Amino acid sequence: MSAEKMKIEIDAITKGFTDARGKVLPVVGGIGLQVAEGEFLAIVGPSGCGKSTLMNMLAGFEQPDAGSVRIDGRPVSGPSPKAIVISQQGSVFPWLTVQQNLMFGLNGTAHAETAQERAALADHYAAMVGLKGFENAYPHELSGGMLKRVELARAFIVKPDILYLDEPFSALDALMNMRMRNELLRILAEERHTVLLITHDVEEAIYMADRIVVLSPRPTTIQASFTVDMPHPRRIASVQAQQLREAILAQLGL
Amino acid sequence: MTSRTTRWDSWPARVVPPMLVIGAIVALWWWVVARDDSAIFPTPWAVLTGAWELVKDGTLFEHIGASLMRVGIGFGLALVVAIPLGLWMGWVTPAYRTLNPLFQMLRPISPIAWIPLAILWFGVGNVSPVFLIFISSVFPMVVQTISGVHTIERRYLRAAANFGVPRSVLFRQVVIPAVLPEVVVGMRIGIGVAWLVVVAAEMIALHSGLGYLIMDSRNAGNRYDLVVASMVIIGLIGLLLDGLTRLLERLKTVRWRYVR
Repeated sequence: MSAEKMKIEIDAITKGFTDARGKVLPVVGGIGLQVAEGEFLAIVGPSGCGKSTLMNMLAGFEQPDAGSVRIDGRPVSGPSPKAIVISQQGSVFPWLTVQQNLMFGLNGTAHAETAQERAALADHYAAMVGLKGFENAYPHELSGGMLKRVELARAFIVKPDILYLDEPFSALDALMNMRMRNELLRILAEERHTVLLITHDVEEAIYMADRIVVLSPRPTTIQASFTVDMPHPRRIASVQAQQLREAILAQLGL
Repeated sequence: MTSRTTRWDSWPARVVPPMLVIGAIVALWWWVVARDDSAIFPTPWAVLTGAWELVKDGTLFEHIGASLMRVGIGFGLALVVAIPLGLWMGWVTPAYRTLNPLFQMLRPISPIAWIPLAILWFGVGNVSPVFLIFISSVFPMVVQTISGVHTIERRYLRAAANFGVPRSVLFRQVVIPAVLPEVVVGMRIGIGVAWLVVVAAEMIALHSGLGYLIMDSRNAGNRYDLVVASMVIIGLIGLLLDGLTRLLERLKTVRWRYVR
């Protein structure tokens, strides 16, 4: 692939944390990675390997100690609406209605000028994720799965180039988890985004991603990379998927 | 919201038990006074007729009105100062580090201790009690607002940073609504302290108000029926004020904090 098509370029980033005694604990130990425009990349790693630290650096919430992250060739210096993070705990504002939550992100962009345009856009995206009729509900009136839909819609409405998903569905029950995977793929088929998914769930990665990168334990580096060459909708029970799963689990030492 | 109408939530279940306790205390009081044949301590009936006297000649409502007006002005001023100050000190760390030690020093000083200074500075008019109410209710509200800012969950601030919203939107749609439940808690504490202080202040410096009524009833012929009547009325109005601030907890933008 040529360099100008690369959406995200991660160049040998490292990050360590200093503990109470002043000792430096290396967490991310030199990761280099390129993600193409429109690619769905999954990053799989053992718990506590520094996945979330990596995500924080990509999203601009933390700066790497060494190396750089570039988006469209420009170094990331802080968070930006061009790359929206969706994390496990979620961050739907409990004091705003669904519609107000969806309109929140539009304050920082020029996608909609008037209040009516914003409300119309919010309603469009609410319908898209299956929240029609809940526009005026408050988050505490919604189920966990519906909250995730709000979170996804709030991200999609600002038309981000990149979605960073940090174990987005792991707080949901197994059925809702699988339902949300399909929802996400359906929306991505309508609106193509570059997606970087961080997960410890190998099947989730195989079900959705174009490419899977396996991280090593701390200080984490890239241990292996797999291309998922299967058409959608994928079947986890298929021989090909199961072989891939075995290979990834072997890399994780299982 | 999920409906949780157990039998403990129905209104008789909430009203009857406290009424029974109060009724038992009044009965005990009546029985003890009747048995001792006290010349000075009033029976509940004497308190009731004494209070009715004050209602009839209109002085009771004048006293209540005077006390409430002082609380209203002092508490209102405290609210107007405390919320912006608390937001600022909570958000700007150097401001917090600079001012917090001073506030923590001033806060434990009983408002009663300020009475001599208040009289020295403002005399015995209306300004002294308003000042005392301000002093006593401003600190809890500032402290509560600061703690509200400090306990905003980082995920919400990160989401706001992620969407790159302007500062005005950050404050209007994230910081202020996130802090509002703590402000309501601060208001409840503040109005409680304010009501406590107005009565104490009026006992010493003034010629109107429920605190004055208590002292005047005692001084003008040992009218202990009116002393006790005033105490009961102070208690009832305190209950009412707390109930009114609790209504704020029902606001839609605040309720998220009280469910689940």
